[in-house]
Amino acid sequence: MTKKMLAYIDHFHGKAQPSSWEGLGLAAEISKDLGGETVALVLGDSVNELANIAFHYGADQVLLADNPILKDFRPEPLADMIVQAAREYQPDLIIFPTTSRGRTLAGMVAVDLDSGVMVDVIALDWAGGEITATRPIYGGKLLAKLTCSTTPQIITLRTRAFDKPVPDPSRSGSVTTLDVGIDPAGVATSIASHEEKDGGVSLNDASVIVSGGRGVALNPALEPPGDLDEEAAEIWKAEQGFALVQGLADVLGAAVGASRAAVDAKYIEYDHQVGQTGKVVSPDLYFACGVSGAIQHLAGMRSSKVIVAINKDPDAPIFNFARFGLVGDMHTILPPLTEALREYLAG
Amino acid sequence: MRKEGNSVKIIVCVKQVPDTAATMTVDNGAISWGDAPLIINPWDEFAVEAALKLATEQGGEVIALCLGKEGETEAIKHALAMGADSAVMVSDPALKGADNVAASKVLAAAIQKIGDTDLVLFGQQSVDTDTGLLPVQTARLLKWPSLTLVSKFESVNPEDGKIRVLRSMEEAGQVVDSALPAVVSVTKDYGDPRYPSFMGIRKASKAEFPTWSLADLGIDTPASSISWPDVAETVQKEIVTEIIEGETPDQKAKSLVEKLIAEKVL
Amino acid sequence: MDFGLSEEHQMVQRMVRDFAAKEVFPTIQEQDRVGGMAPFIIPRMAELGILGITIPVKFGGQGMDYISLGLVCEELEFIDTSLRVAISVHNGLTCLTLLQWGTEEQKERYLVPLAKGEKIGCGAFTEPGAGSDFAHIRSSGKNDGQDYILNGEKMWISLATIADFAVVTVRTDQKSDPAYQGLSTFMVDLNSPGITRGDIHGKLGVRAGSTGWINFQNVRVPSKNLIGEEGEGFKVTMSAFDSGRYTVAAGATGLIRASLQASTSYAEERTISSGKISDFQLIQVKIARMALDYQAARLLYLNAGWLKNEGIRNTRETSSAKWYATEASFRAASEAVQIHGAYGFSDEYPVERFMRNAKGAMIYEGSNEIQSLIQADYALDKRRDKKIRRELPPYDHQTWT
Repeated sequence: MTKKMLAYIDHFHGKAQPSSWEGLGLAAEISKDLGGETVALVLGDSVNELANIAFHYGADQVLLADNPILKDFRPEPLADMIVQAAREYQPDLIIFPTTSRGRTLAGMVAVDLDSGVMVDVIALDWAGGEITATRPIYGGKLLAKLTCSTTPQIITLRTRAFDKPVPDPSRSGSVTTLDVGIDPAGVATSIASHEEKDGGVSLNDASVIVSGGRGVALNPALEPPGDLDEEAAEIWKAEQGFALVQGLADVLGAAVGASRAAVDAKYIEYDHQVGQTGKVVSPDLYFACGVSGAIQHLAGMRSSKVIVAINKDPDAPIFNFARFGLVGDMHTILPPLTEALREYLAG
Repeated sequence: MRKEGNSVKIIVCVKQVPDTAATMTVDNGAISWGDAPLIINPWDEFAVEAALKLATEQGGEVIALCLGKEGETEAIKHALAMGADSAVMVSDPALKGADNVAASKVLAAAIQKIGDTDLVLFGQQSVDTDTGLLPVQTARLLKWPSLTLVSKFESVNPEDGKIRVLRSMEEAGQVVDSALPAVVSVTKDYGDPRYPSFMGIRKASKAEFPTWSLADLGIDTPASSISWPDVAETVQKEIVTEIIEGETPDQKAKSLVEKLIAEKVL
Repeated sequence: MDFGLSEEHQMVQRMVRDFAAKEVFPTIQEQDRVGGMAPFIIPRMAELGILGITIPVKFGGQGMDYISLGLVCEELEFIDTSLRVAISVHNGLTCLTLLQWGTEEQKERYLVPLAKGEKIGCGAFTEPGAGSDFAHIRSSGKNDGQDYILNGEKMWISLATIADFAVVTVRTDQKSDPAYQGLSTFMVDLNSPGITRGDIHGKLGVRAGSTGWINFQNVRVPSKNLIGEEGEGFKVTMSAFDSGRYTVAAGATGLIRASLQASTSYAEERTISSGKISDFQLIQVKIARMALDYQAARLLYLNAGWLKNEGIRNTRETSSAKWYATEASFRAASEAVQIHGAYGFSDEYPVERFMRNAKGAMIYEGSNEIQSLIQADYALDKRRDKKIRRELPPYDHQTWT
């Protein structure tokens, strides 16, 4: 039984949210199993390039509406277009990424199409064509399985819960242009301007944190400037170490944390302290660099989803709580790690 | 009843949820939070705060609207104690298991019954079922513009029927002009909500407010498409520590990146 | 008998709990280390109405009942004793003493600004040479026909250097026999000429608070500032203690809860080779004892609060509550340190602060030795409370709000 799938490509001024490709990848996977085409929905202004990229990520067909009226994000006209496309194309399943825009559009479309939304899905089962979605609720303490009795079924995927396909630049497909019959006067909102997000990730909200401990000051290969006394030399070395931590954080869009030992030694300000005293954090990914992992630091970060420990000492307690451990000097590991991640994230 | 000048009539939709520190369990398929108290959805406090500030600045009234189980009045009482002028509870046994679209239909009907509203505010999501869908679906049903993730109200002008807000997206903030009435969801960035005052607490504990059923709203039980055939407690996985091998730091680094990709945290 | 908290009480509890957790907790450990009361605390509590919570609205207060005062104290001390100490002396020793003994004129002049938090009050009773032996204090007040001239020194006065007013008891009759009948209590403006004050450093606990001394050198206090009549000072002071002691009992209950929470949390986190330490019975029993003490202390102070609401004399019940809760809180905090092992000995964790703070309450507001003698007197029927000329007003929702 063929299932017709539609994957909405969420973007900002033509730059896709990476999780849109995860949705497209899922659509392709389901198509492969159940038969059918993988169709992407691209709406915006000057988004032809985005349509091409959709082919690279696995779309066979792109439904495209390219029109100045769709340039900036206004949910109402975009939802109208999605509903129009859905009524024409009649998908069984519409997939959105759970971005700020994806969530909104999914909700509105469900109202118009008299269906329901399964939000923030982390796993999907489509055996025998019956779709069951799994999603976390109550802050992840419980997992719910959901089904939808109406069509189209509409789901939003949690970011990074599904694999991003590897793009194949040689792929192409067919573009179907949608008529845009929206009356500009009928849209109740207009965008006055955009504002840059100010940089700097706060520890509280960060989904990735890179922390430094006492080890930041212990690079044996560093020679501090001759005019510094012992204390200043130690702090100088620590600053170099924290620069490496910051480098990794920058590539990952992460916040920088520190152990109490590092803060007490004045390597970094108290604002960055993670631990029993200091902040309690629960990011998706936590790098502990040169941190021994004593219980008071753990108290601040042990509910992180994935902990990566980098420490010279193979017996450091942190290795008992880390998902991944690298035994080695953080000063030799962080530079190649930062580079490798930079490459991966750019691609 | 037309209001004076730029005064603004605001409905704030509030919900009660179990305390976020509660241990959640599933007993025979039923979700349980033990004897943890029910509280106002923490995100809703920001919406109540925004409503109160606007009503203070330009005159007006704030009405707390809650869809919930009969007798579960924590959210409403908290909103009243913060300073909301009045409240309406909507409750009906037929709404057990209602999905988001159904709930939005009920809220839309209640908002229309209250009438003459300039602005409907929501918290950006709820800590229990966490969908963030009610604000946009309610807006769609009312055919009012939806402005989600608002952190700032630049101007609210009911006389001219206009509003300007700053809302968030992943990449940038967006300054949006919209017609009124509109439905807005408010983020944490709006600013810290006030605590209930003691006078407010006293008033709230004595406050009376109507409870409307579906019959009072004049609508039939809306259909729900979404079902929950299974809920289970999340099993804490045992941490399986993997020491990354490699001859050189470079190799270890590359190997780690691969592992992180497979672990789906990048 | 309904032992439950009303909806109103639960909202009060939650509000203060949220305030203390959000605004005080993040920096309290550091503040305790540095010493002294953080400048934002008193003004912020004033702003939130906490400094006048149990005073009728017509006197500038929030019109809540005495149980609410207890709940506030429990929640504040859950975060740090210093917060509750401020309430004990401002709300307890000062505001409630005025509510009980003040003339209408004194209530207008002092109680209103105090309840609004525009002015801060404290109680100046203890002296370097007399604590428990209060009947024999030596500070003097000499009537010069018009005013009283105060001389002497008071010590261990919380908020001494922050307060605007103090309730001060001195000896006005040097020859009275028995001695306690020669005492009188005054409302004193701490900015009066002749008053010097300073902070006391080097305390074992309540380091994030303000404790000091006040010295009186020929301080002129108008006769209209007499609280009660001349010679009634001992009675007025004992009434003040009934109020202050209640807040101490409620606060200590919060400290038991804090020790309990810290202990269960640590016991669940701390793993050794054979598992979490919360699986081990010796740890479990310590925690069970704390939990039991919490329940008992809580019922004792709520009972005292209820009696105050009803206008029933409660010296005995307030004393029981204070004695029990403070002994139990020191025990709980000490065991909490023990449960934390070596980490309990470090200021990385709050339990050492709880223990140091808990010790003070066993000494002040009527030492526990005094409480035990009071209780013995009641138990052996050597003491029966006589009606006092002015009683603490019962809570009356109609007239207070």
